[in-house]
Amino acid sequence: MSETRVHFYQVGSFAVGNRLLSAGERTVQSDRRRTNSIDSGHRACQGCGEALGARYALDAAMRVTSGQLVAVNATGCLEVFSTPFPETSWQIPWLHSLFGNAPAVATGVAAAMRVKGRDQVRVVGQAGDGGTVDIGFGTLSGMFERNDDVLFICYDNEGYMNTGVQRSAATPPAARTATTDAVGPEPGNPFGQGKDLPRIAMAHGIPYVATATVADLHDLERKVERAMSFHGARYLHVFVPCPLGWGAASNDTIHLARLAKETGIFPVYEAEYGEVTGVTKIRRPAPVTDYLRLQRRYAHLFGHPGRPDVVARLQAMADANIARYGLLATEEDE
Amino acid sequence: MDRPFAITLDVGTSRANHTGSWRIERPVYVDRLPPCNDACPAGENIQGWLYHAESGDYESAWRTLVQENPLPAVMGRVCFHPCETACNRVHVDEAVGINAVERFLGDTAIERGWSLPAPGPDTGHTVLVVGAGPAGLSAAYHLRRLGHAVRLVDSSPRLGGMLRYGIPAYRLPRAVLDAEIDRILALGVEVVTSHPVLDIEAEQRACGADAVFLAVGAQLGKRVHIPAGDSTKVVDAVSFLHQVADDDPPLLGRRVVVYGGGDTAMDAARTARRLGATDAVIVYRRNRDKMPAHPEEVEQALGEGVKVRWLSTIDRFEGGRLVLERMRLTPDGLPEPTGEYDELDADALVLALGQDTDLSLLEGAGAVSVSNGVVEVGLQMMTTQPGIFAGGDVAPSDRTATVAIGHGKHAARGIDAYLRGETPASPERHDLASFDRLNTWYYADAPRTQRPELELVRRQTNFEEVVRGLTEDNALFEARRCLSCGNCFECDNCFGVCPDNAVIKLGPGERYAFNYDFCKGCGICASECPCGAIEMVPERI
Repeated sequence: MSETRVHFYQVGSFAVGNRLLSAGERTVQSDRRRTNSIDSGHRACQGCGEALGARYALDAAMRVTSGQLVAVNATGCLEVFSTPFPETSWQIPWLHSLFGNAPAVATGVAAAMRVKGRDQVRVVGQAGDGGTVDIGFGTLSGMFERNDDVLFICYDNEGYMNTGVQRSAATPPAARTATTDAVGPEPGNPFGQGKDLPRIAMAHGIPYVATATVADLHDLERKVERAMSFHGARYLHVFVPCPLGWGAASNDTIHLARLAKETGIFPVYEAEYGEVTGVTKIRRPAPVTDYLRLQRRYAHLFGHPGRPDVVARLQAMADANIARYGLLATEEDE
Repeated sequence: MDRPFAITLDVGTSRANHTGSWRIERPVYVDRLPPCNDACPAGENIQGWLYHAESGDYESAWRTLVQENPLPAVMGRVCFHPCETACNRVHVDEAVGINAVERFLGDTAIERGWSLPAPGPDTGHTVLVVGAGPAGLSAAYHLRRLGHAVRLVDSSPRLGGMLRYGIPAYRLPRAVLDAEIDRILALGVEVVTSHPVLDIEAEQRACGADAVFLAVGAQLGKRVHIPAGDSTKVVDAVSFLHQVADDDPPLLGRRVVVYGGGDTAMDAARTARRLGATDAVIVYRRNRDKMPAHPEEVEQALGEGVKVRWLSTIDRFEGGRLVLERMRLTPDGLPEPTGEYDELDADALVLALGQDTDLSLLEGAGAVSVSNGVVEVGLQMMTTQPGIFAGGDVAPSDRTATVAIGHGKHAARGIDAYLRGETPASPERHDLASFDRLNTWYYADAPRTQRPELELVRRQTNFEEVVRGLTEDNALFEARRCLSCGNCFECDNCFGVCPDNAVIKLGPGERYAFNYDFCKGCGICASECPCGAIEMVPERI
């Protein structure tokens, strides 16, 4: 492993591909024959992290399953921008029912395939954070509890974006949304609420739980591949910045995802049967302000007088993540 | 109407929706000028040849290199590599060892017997090149490639100029120099050695040349008046090194003092050590920071036991004893005398105080304008007299072999344009690929491969080469440290990070193209391009 890294270290293992890497070391995305599960012409905003995350994850799943894949989608940005009737961007079998029932529908598709003897067909359920942590949570927890053979992917952009940026249970503290104004002594979303869904999923003891971001493609694809090696309920939580909802520049999508990981705001790890089995270490540590300042949803924390106390609380949250998951690289990791 | 129940419209692809109409900025692929190329006095396309070396295609790398410079094995040894000083990788970890890779390519070419590109079709013109140092050799090479006949004359019995007679063999083995010179001569150059040119115009008339390139170098060691007794031995460094190169070293004794602070002073002191001097002391009037010698040379000299007396000038030399006056630096960094004196035992004094050009051969050519001891030249190295070009140390510039090679190339192009009666075109320069345009996240950290050096003890007594070359493994390693600043190296990032699949991958060596039907202009590709080869430009709305 380390030898390979040194040998090709012009871009190491960080870029999407490289002419000097062997085909096996390149990502699915570097392949001209990738599925492009979600095709051009979709109506996602400029620089949409979710469109990118969905293509990354589904193209990887398509490769692992040799194209034997059905995707079930909850309502949300991903569904709305990809399928304004009669157009569709999906180049894979794709199903949409309601906002809250995607995990249950996915369970049904998996059951149907099993009954028809088509066991090789795998099922992915997918939703934004609203459809996962709020509206679809009951059916998702049931799917986990029954250990149905579904990989459920949450594309977490931290709010209800296509309806006008309302707060979800995945919206971080202090963030301004349409329903959490940046006013009063506790501006933005309150502290101490919300749900840490990867940990809730782990508490179900399901075979595989992982987090990933759109900034580390190699890591994301490896996790999809790993997830598909299990049968039973699996959960992948992908961090996807939203330029519109976060008030960020459209070209900063990947940069923000990278900063979320490097600051400790969003811990990247994987777990099997309820136990953490691996964490992705921070490579270039950065303070949370590097991440916050690029987003207008945190603008009320800066300027004069600003809210250094709130920033300090956010930094403390990141530090707690770093301590809990051991995100800092040690000498041995070098 | 065989649609499913309750379905009234066919399903169509979203490709009908041309989201490119949303765009207010469009990404475009650009090639920017890498700082190494920008800094190279010989105008090498360094990023270009490293690109080939990275994939292990050393022959293509070498062929790209010799488009500009026919002496890579020589320059891989003696160049002071301003490219590495400019290298953007300095801000990541350490500069890419460009010079070491250049030497590896040069040595590999000699070993495998690769030959230079064939001369161009004969133009019927003859060019007289006076002086066969780096400038003259470079000009001869480029003139042959442009199809002109070349008559190369030199006053010394062998070719190479200062490369042979100024640079000691421990820095540049003569076999390497000979191999690269022979390769140029194989292109068909008429060579006349031991032929001092006394009158440039007469020489041109005698051989019927259509143009002249004057590159006689700066061969005269500068002298200062130092009161000295009869029995003292004072030589200048240029003559000293020349005699050593001729295998006829002067006897300097055991205690040698070198006066001066340039690279020639270092060469003289290190050479004296190799000739058996137990004490080789450099006397320099300012401090180390102000020393004009390149830090690597100073480092190597000190490593070999050369001592330096900083902030000292020589007052007089009598009876085996030098009297030094201590200096101090004014706030402006200029040395001023303190009136305090020191003594230093010495058998010989070598003056390394700079060199002058001998331009007496221009006396007949009245239209060639000379000022401050050098020949005035225009953009394409033409002097004030049409048809006479000049370069290397006789032209105003830094006096290094690399600059001379660049002069030779520019002069060859200028001469070509002159002979065709055209105005020389200067190629358009790309914008600089500065560090802030890079996204260095994608480059893994990797320290530089150091060239092994001869053990100190061995190098004090012989002229064996001090700095050894890279092996193939670490040359490849080093080449792959190149960030490819400003020039696409096909990492697939843009192809991967586009949320709209609006980047088309064209295949190996063909790079990428944008599909503007669907590109929304988000700019992620430009932000995530490691090497800054994508620029966002406003759409005209």
